[in-house]
Amino acid sequence: MWNYIKLAVLGIAVVLFGLAANYGRDFGYQIHALIFMAAAAITFIYTLRTTGDVKAQPEGYFDGVVRYGVIATAGWGVVGFLVGTFIAFQLAFPSLNFEFLQGHGNFGRLRPLHTSAVIFAFGGNALIASSFYVVQRTSAARLFGGGLGWFVFWGYNLFIVLAATGYVLGVTQSKEYAEPEWYIDLWLTIVWVAYLVTFMGTIFKRKEKHIYVANWFYLSFIVTIAMLHIVNNLVIPVSFLGSRSVMVMSGVQDAMTQWWYGHNAVGFFLTAGFLGMMYYFVPKQAERPVFSYKLSIIHFWALIFLYIWAGPHHLHYTALPDWASTLGMVFSIVLWMPSWGGMINGLMTLSGAWDKLRTDPVIRMMVISVGFYGMSTFEGPMMSIRAVNSLSHYTDWTIGHVHSGALGWNGMITFGALYFLTPRLWNRDRLYSLGLVSWHFWLATIGIVLYAASMWVTGIMEGLMWREVDSQGFLVNAFADTVSAKHPMYVVRAVGGVLYLTGAIIMCYNLIMTVRRSPAKADVPAMAPAE
Amino acid sequence: MNYHILREFADSWVLLAMFVFFVAVIVWVFRPGSRKDYQDVSTSIFRNEDTPAEKEART
Repeated sequence: MWNYIKLAVLGIAVVLFGLAANYGRDFGYQIHALIFMAAAAITFIYTLRTTGDVKAQPEGYFDGVVRYGVIATAGWGVVGFLVGTFIAFQLAFPSLNFEFLQGHGNFGRLRPLHTSAVIFAFGGNALIASSFYVVQRTSAARLFGGGLGWFVFWGYNLFIVLAATGYVLGVTQSKEYAEPEWYIDLWLTIVWVAYLVTFMGTIFKRKEKHIYVANWFYLSFIVTIAMLHIVNNLVIPVSFLGSRSVMVMSGVQDAMTQWWYGHNAVGFFLTAGFLGMMYYFVPKQAERPVFSYKLSIIHFWALIFLYIWAGPHHLHYTALPDWASTLGMVFSIVLWMPSWGGMINGLMTLSGAWDKLRTDPVIRMMVISVGFYGMSTFEGPMMSIRAVNSLSHYTDWTIGHVHSGALGWNGMITFGALYFLTPRLWNRDRLYSLGLVSWHFWLATIGIVLYAASMWVTGIMEGLMWREVDSQGFLVNAFADTVSAKHPMYVVRAVGGVLYLTGAIIMCYNLIMTVRRSPAKADVPAMAPAE
Repeated sequence: MNYHILREFADSWVLLAMFVFFVAVIVWVFRPGSRKDYQDVSTSIFRNEDTPAEKEART
């Protein structure tokens, strides 16, 4: 019965999206209507072909969707790093903004493609896949909602495709990290509610007495992102048949809402969610429980109570009232405490097992990621101090800070999780090659060091050049002077990107070979592949 | 209900409530007997690795 309703709804959706594509007012909207139509049609055909099949009662953990999530994470990661490296070269060598790609492949269009690909496609798929894995193991229960997990995975990746094609075609509301237009936002809202239902439902039917701390972090990430997403995307569409929309808020209110969103996207997407990963995968890989469970609870509550106030530090010396930017600055500095508490908790989990650092490159990857978490959460509050910010803001220092967090913390912990998950999900005894993991580790680490160091140099240089005045009070440097002075550092940064990208490609090769070549796990004969 | 009323409410009672909640969490974490509970939950990640639990471990 359920399948017939689904077929009817999907059939109507195909027709409606076809109509929308026909009557759409702009090209980007028409393309998106066609993508929606294709997605609905594929789902329709799939549902039609499986209707009436006798399905065996599913048993065990729902790992199919986690496997797809691992593949999507690795794939989107390479895409995101590739685009990032390319736009780094575009900044160093502007002639790479090819004439024939003008309006589609120039820096301005590719930059949001890069940020969304790494944050939402790579990071988001890593969070969804790992949260599904972790919540099942720590609840000792199968994922709630039957096939709902599949809807979350495919729905989220449809959102990514819509967002990415939209940026290249110019469908954007030009809000940092929230560029997708109104109908893409609505679609993400639906997917996110399904995600919340799946996750909460699994926690509700858990067989363990307690909710493990990783799930608290994941849950705060899901709930807070829902709230941020809805409030920051309050818009009125110009037409239901066009991609343009008008913001409900304007002026300084809009700016504050944007950075309340933007900073908490960092705080809850890139920090709380990934801390959920840290609190599961680091103890698992180290084979010892977390250093202090009490500290992890205090870490959680302190982090979520403080982060939500830190946004105004993005708006120092603007129309925002002074009290608001002081508030943001103070809370950012107080954040040192939970951030470092969490870092110590992660690192000290290895106490008594430090020898593993020598033999296990996967735990080395996780440890350096926690180290980068500590470094970038030290740097961030420092940059939020108004006096420091007057030097650092609008310079490349900010970009360097973001990347030491994103490449070092989010990237490395995700790589660690992928190395942890792949042998387990595909029932392999071990990874294909630990030597290749070491290669990945060193390429990525050296890449980050080149990136962060060059951006410190160029950022501080740029900030000092902008504020330099002569004895008469005139500015000494034109803007173009800073641009030409930055060229060598831009080349170094791009080279760092190449190293990081190479490491990720080596990881993909290693993971593929793990699935194809590594010996199967011996102790589970029922799951062994027929040979 | 204008902005100023909300603002005054936010930086007095709401601030106090959140602070009290936060202190209460810390006190709760260090309650007597919490060590045993937390030992159990922090080692729960080493159970049920391959299959869901049959029996309810909740009490």
